[in-house]
Amino acid sequence: MTIFIPTPLRAFAAGKDAVEVSAGTIASALDELTAAHPDLRKHLFTSEGKVRAFVNIYLNDEDVRYLPAKEATAVSSGDTLSIIPSIAGGC
Amino acid sequence: MSVLRMEKAIYDAIRAHGEETYPHECCGALLGRTTPEGWSIETSVKAGNTRTDSAHNRYHISPGELVKIEREARGKGLDIAGFYHSHPDHPAQWSQTDLAEAHWLGCSYVITAVAKGVAAQTNSFHLAGDTEENKRFELETIDVHGASKS
Repeated sequence: MTIFIPTPLRAFAAGKDAVEVSAGTIASALDELTAAHPDLRKHLFTSEGKVRAFVNIYLNDEDVRYLPAKEATAVSSGDTLSIIPSIAGGC
Repeated sequence: MSVLRMEKAIYDAIRAHGEETYPHECCGALLGRTTPEGWSIETSVKAGNTRTDSAHNRYHISPGELVKIEREARGKGLDIAGFYHSHPDHPAQWSQTDLAEAHWLGCSYVITAVAKGVAAQTNSFHLAGDTEENKRFELETIDVHGASKS
């Protein structure tokens, strides 16, 4: 499956905008991604190993945090993961 | 100082968006390509502001909408280069809220002051740094189709 890397994280993924992994769940896909690109880990996960609060992970068009199995959700080769840092602000 | 390049039509569009949504903040994405000096914007994409509870001084773009915008960018061979939003009756200067909520390192954040419904100053800030701990906004020049604005 394909993991799309957002603009701000490509420098930590050898400049790639997408990485192919062969894992069977969302969690293992992210583990495979950070194993291949260790510098990504601190940008995606807290020291306790949880996805950082401002990092949104989407399986196709669904927010992983709202899936029944969350990161344990099974994935197939045709699925995509999108890593989307939050965008917000205001005066 | 980095330079954000865009055609006047895009510059005018993002400013007009702030006038349309006044007295609420507008928001959207900027799609483009990197240059040695900074980003060159090819198109802007309006986005919805989910902060309907406090739209006069807060904005948030749904990550689900960003997934679609990123897909659109890929289809056009572009990257998400940054974002824009407006400050109704407030300066075109980043706030502590803007910085705290900024996570797209290396991207441009464009802010337009909209005074009593009329777009005033537009500034752009490059989100520099390589971690959440050392991120900072740096003012950058907006090069509007040859007319420099900083």
